[in-house]
Amino acid sequence: MMSPLSYIRSTQVWNSIFRHGIPRDRRTRVMAVMSNVFLHLHPVAVRKSGIRLSFTWCMGGLTFFLFLAETISGVLLMFYYRPVPEYAYSDIQALRAHVTLGVLREIHRWGAHAMIIAIWLHMMRVFLTGSYKPPREFNWGVGVILLVLTMLLSFTGYLLPWDQLAIWAITVGSNMGKATPFLGMSGPFSDVLMMPGGVPFVTTRSDAAYLLLAGTSVGENALMRFYVLHCIALPLATAVLIAVHFWRIRKDGGISGPM
Amino acid sequence: MSTTASSPSTYVPPRDPGSRSRNIVGLLMLILMISPMALKLIRGTVPAPTSIEGFKSLVDALSVPELSLSFFFMPLFVLMLVYYRQWTKPVIALPLLIIFCLFYFGSMVIDPDYRSIITKADNVPITIMLLGTMITLWVAFREAASNDARLEAGIPLVSQDREDKVLVWPDLVYIELLCLVIAMTALVVWAIALPAPLESPANPAGPPNPSKAPWYFLGLQEMLVYFDPWMAGVLLPGLIVVGLIAMPYIDTNPKGNGYYTLKERKFAISVWLFGFLILWVVLIVFGTFLRGPNWNFFGPYQYWDSHLQVPLTNINLSEYFWNGKNLLGFGLDRPLPTQQSHGAIYPFVREAPGIVFSIFWIFILPVILAKTVFRRLRAQMGGPRFYVMAVLFVFLAMLPLKMVLRWLLVLKYFVYLPEFNLNL
Repeated sequence: MMSPLSYIRSTQVWNSIFRHGIPRDRRTRVMAVMSNVFLHLHPVAVRKSGIRLSFTWCMGGLTFFLFLAETISGVLLMFYYRPVPEYAYSDIQALRAHVTLGVLREIHRWGAHAMIIAIWLHMMRVFLTGSYKPPREFNWGVGVILLVLTMLLSFTGYLLPWDQLAIWAITVGSNMGKATPFLGMSGPFSDVLMMPGGVPFVTTRSDAAYLLLAGTSVGENALMRFYVLHCIALPLATAVLIAVHFWRIRKDGGISGPM
Repeated sequence: MSTTASSPSTYVPPRDPGSRSRNIVGLLMLILMISPMALKLIRGTVPAPTSIEGFKSLVDALSVPELSLSFFFMPLFVLMLVYYRQWTKPVIALPLLIIFCLFYFGSMVIDPDYRSIITKADNVPITIMLLGTMITLWVAFREAASNDARLEAGIPLVSQDREDKVLVWPDLVYIELLCLVIAMTALVVWAIALPAPLESPANPAGPPNPSKAPWYFLGLQEMLVYFDPWMAGVLLPGLIVVGLIAMPYIDTNPKGNGYYTLKERKFAISVWLFGFLILWVVLIVFGTFLRGPNWNFFGPYQYWDSHLQVPLTNINLSEYFWNGKNLLGFGLDRPLPTQQSHGAIYPFVREAPGIVFSIFWIFILPVILAKTVFRRLRAQMGGPRFYVMAVLFVFLAMLPLKMVLRWLLVLKYFVYLPEFNLNL
């Protein structure tokens, strides 16, 4: 008489998904990693000293986990939220009042803060272990871009609740755009760039801050722009670079260790 | 090679040779740290901390940036690097952490203003960041101390004791799963315990006072006190990103690759940690906790009074140069150049001292550094690498320089060219 578990493992369905036995010996454990697209981001074997928690602090993995948590909670939030000034604020209020077990927004917001802290600490760990040194120079650069993307993701998301904190924090941040040299209205050399005929190229309606906000101040166009950046453009770019980052970890010899 | 040292933390190093010079540095730093408090108490400008109120006003008086950055955080940073083999021992590290927590969380009991800042939902991440940074720094320096002692003794590093490889399934996957479960639990508990704040609806006509950027940008907003937005908001952040990406190509030191050490990478680690801990983390804490209405500075126990007026009496370098009637009394004692006196180029004549200084700081100083203090580095790194590093270095150094000049000489701008929106 077969036990139910062994029966399931003997079915065609099970065997079509998992092409190896239970990972109990060396061969099947190697197979478990090799035949799974997600686990395959890892090498098959790693340095035992490299995976110590006191060495990695698990901060890179934690950053990735928080990215996943943000993606899932973010998609759920998109069901309830409309990015126009008439509805944005009241949708957030309704989310709090009417959605059962409504901690979605909390998970999303605190997860975002935690992700920023985790990525900073990950960077500090990689720096302090000298893991940016050859052959990992390029991957460090990818990591820096990911850090910038994470902060931009957080920054664009800050505006979406459309409360006082949101618009004024974004106003403070985007005012910096106005100070960009050459391209910002109140930045150095803003009157240097000219179009043919002596028409100034940089005006309040064509400078760097206008590009960011699609307006001269934080208004409905800025809300739509930040929403699209926050939900589509930046996450896609981040996901692609995460794939590159993980791939290069493997190609550059896995978790770093003394040569 | 000995293979008996199996436990990473129990290896006791022989008495190290540089302890005397280290103790002199340590003593100097301690004197620096007590001097502002001692001076204030001797002069009687603050009451002796015999009561809770006295303690609070003493802390408030000492926490202004010019005192706390120069006489507390900087010496503390030096002590951290110099005595990393000592303070990382649990018998010292744990009491230090307890003292910090007593001060940090205990202050909530004695002061309602402080409590309202610390317990504000959006400020909770700052506390987590502070504790996280401290604990990870401790872990890193503890292993660095152990590794450096091993390097001196010529025995394998902490991570070389167990060179055997393990399979990802189950060893690594198990750790990842555990981290995921713990993080998920922590996040859900945090989410249930602390509702996400929602302020009143956006009102484009009524800015709150103070208006603050998101907390992770508050180090940059704090720099606005010393620099114009094109520097603090555009150029310096850009240089941070460029400098970080350039770092692996600049740092040609082959040692310390893949393990914690301080001894083998003293320069790289001190500069980078100075940037991260002092110019980023500490400035974020200042910007979040201690900057109130009108971006005025308030001590941790001070009430954020929105009617407080702080007169701005900052003086440009050009005024120091041309007018003799200033704070220091030096200068040419002549009026500032105008269109009448110097023709169309008068702004450049007026700002000549600042322009000369900026050219010196950015272009000449790296050359001087190459020939003096950084002579060995210059030889090791080669020209192009060295000068990229040196230019990034002088830009990094510009922030502390401007801070010190602001505090000592109320200097406003090196170069003040409103004609081009170019103020430095």
